[in-house]
Amino acid sequence: MELFVMSLINGIMVGGVYALVALGWVLIYKCSGVLNLAMGELTLIGAYVTLTFYQIGVPFIMSIIITLIIGVILGILVERIFLDRLIGEPILAVLMVTVGLSFFFKGIIEFIWGVQTQAFQPPIFSLEPIEIGFIKISRVYLWSFILAIVLFLLFSAFFKYTHWGLAMQATADDETAALSVGVSARFVYAAAWAIAFMSAGVGGALLGNINGINISVGYLGLLVLPAVVLGGLNSIPGAIVGGITIGILQNLSGTYLDQYFPGGVKEVFPFAFMVVFMLFKPYGFWGWERIERM
Amino acid sequence: MGEGVARLVKRGNVMEKVEPILKLNNVEVKYQEVILVLKGVSLEIPEGGIIALLGANGAGKSTTLKAISGLLKVEVGEVTDGSIEFQGERIHKKSAMEISKRGIIQVIEGRKVFEHLTVEENLKVGAHLRKTGSTKDGLEMVYHYFPRLKQKRNEVAGYISGGEQQMTVIGRALMAQPKLMLLDEPSMGLAPLLIKEIFDIITKLNHEEKIPILLVEQNVKLALTVAPYAYVLENGRLVMHDTSEKLKENPDIRDFYLGLSDVGERKSFRNVKHYKRRKRWLT
Repeated sequence: MELFVMSLINGIMVGGVYALVALGWVLIYKCSGVLNLAMGELTLIGAYVTLTFYQIGVPFIMSIIITLIIGVILGILVERIFLDRLIGEPILAVLMVTVGLSFFFKGIIEFIWGVQTQAFQPPIFSLEPIEIGFIKISRVYLWSFILAIVLFLLFSAFFKYTHWGLAMQATADDETAALSVGVSARFVYAAAWAIAFMSAGVGGALLGNINGINISVGYLGLLVLPAVVLGGLNSIPGAIVGGITIGILQNLSGTYLDQYFPGGVKEVFPFAFMVVFMLFKPYGFWGWERIERM
Repeated sequence: MGEGVARLVKRGNVMEKVEPILKLNNVEVKYQEVILVLKGVSLEIPEGGIIALLGANGAGKSTTLKAISGLLKVEVGEVTDGSIEFQGERIHKKSAMEISKRGIIQVIEGRKVFEHLTVEENLKVGAHLRKTGSTKDGLEMVYHYFPRLKQKRNEVAGYISGGEQQMTVIGRALMAQPKLMLLDEPSMGLAPLLIKEIFDIITKLNHEEKIPILLVEQNVKLALTVAPYAYVLENGRLVMHDTSEKLKENPDIRDFYLGLSDVGERKSFRNVKHYKRRKRWLT
């Protein structure tokens, strides 16, 4: 029982971070209909940027803020350089470009930061877990969760209450109609990429805190795909629920199934679940029921 | 062309200035560089006036509107000849963004609301280009003309009725403080009572806010009562333009668009003839 509750809680905590990365995915899909397969590398870049600043002595929270700023700049640059000229092209072409971007980023990351696993030194959170009754929660998990939720709320408020947030949602609904009242799709795409870079980057930094940073953090970013699909590709609340569900599934499968299927059942199980789930609900929990041709 | 507008003024209509705000001069439009849709359309919209653009399906009415608003480029169409002048400035090479910034707002046909946003959020998106006055003032103005929208302000636009959606998109365009509004088939698929309500509001908007309107309509009878002057398109060509009074009397219009025979009875469309135009060898 104790083990179950612990896995559950840890799952929810990591799930919060997944939700943050999932948000980036949902945003780009929602606004431009593109499934951004370079998302894993965006998380990786965020992780390394935070690490770099942390290592030169910038406090962790400041490093995160710097990561957010660099995320905005990179997001806009990537959109302007690579994706802007693809507006109106077939969706498959755009998808392929994101695959290309993924390799491109990976190459650059290995070039700059190498392939060795690096960790935040000195550790940001003390290793001493917080104990509530019989439950032990490690501080890294707890703080990552809190930070992820705070950012999530900020982004959601941005969409609900600011003019630009509304304009982005409008473009997601109907690009031509948005254009007819003067909302430029180009600007909205750039904003979507900027926010995606921000959320994925911070998500990466938090994930890197938990396990140390190497190329595999990028795969963690890709692991968010089932979370996104589960919630519905264009639903922001879906990203939260999907992220947390995947976090829980991952931890529970790690706890209980690992003895029967040793080796990475933790990584595979969410995908297996996604496949079965999609047989029954192809649009996820809250996705729009619209036919997409890929 | 100038003669038409001049006559309008003499007849004591609502127009105050004779100077046209928008001028299309022999506009030719091609889609994907091969499909010729407009074959030389010229028209004028006077400051503060309502002009109707009539024609059958596929005559090029919507294309004309898109050519003006620049949305044509989204569909790989292009103005290949002629010119469009708005307030004396040539705009046909400009992007849709630049044109909407100058105050030409098109209400696209088919009630294209942002269906996942609420009515009020829809209107707020329209305030994107607002130059003077707050969004709140704009909302108040829209709710003044469309009291129904005020009741529905917090409902998701995808789930309100068709008429309310049409009101939402017109209201959304109003939020942008248009200097010229292009309305594409506001009556499409709506119940007659609602159509009347919407057209009353459109007329009111034109009178009170002095917004010039170019109205594309399939419902010819209705369009001719709202607009004092109309142009008729057929197969991408202008075949006639006159005051609505005169057009209503025109035997061909009665014949083809109003479905009335000379004696005033309805007749079968099988016996209807297209508007006969002179054969022009050089066009």
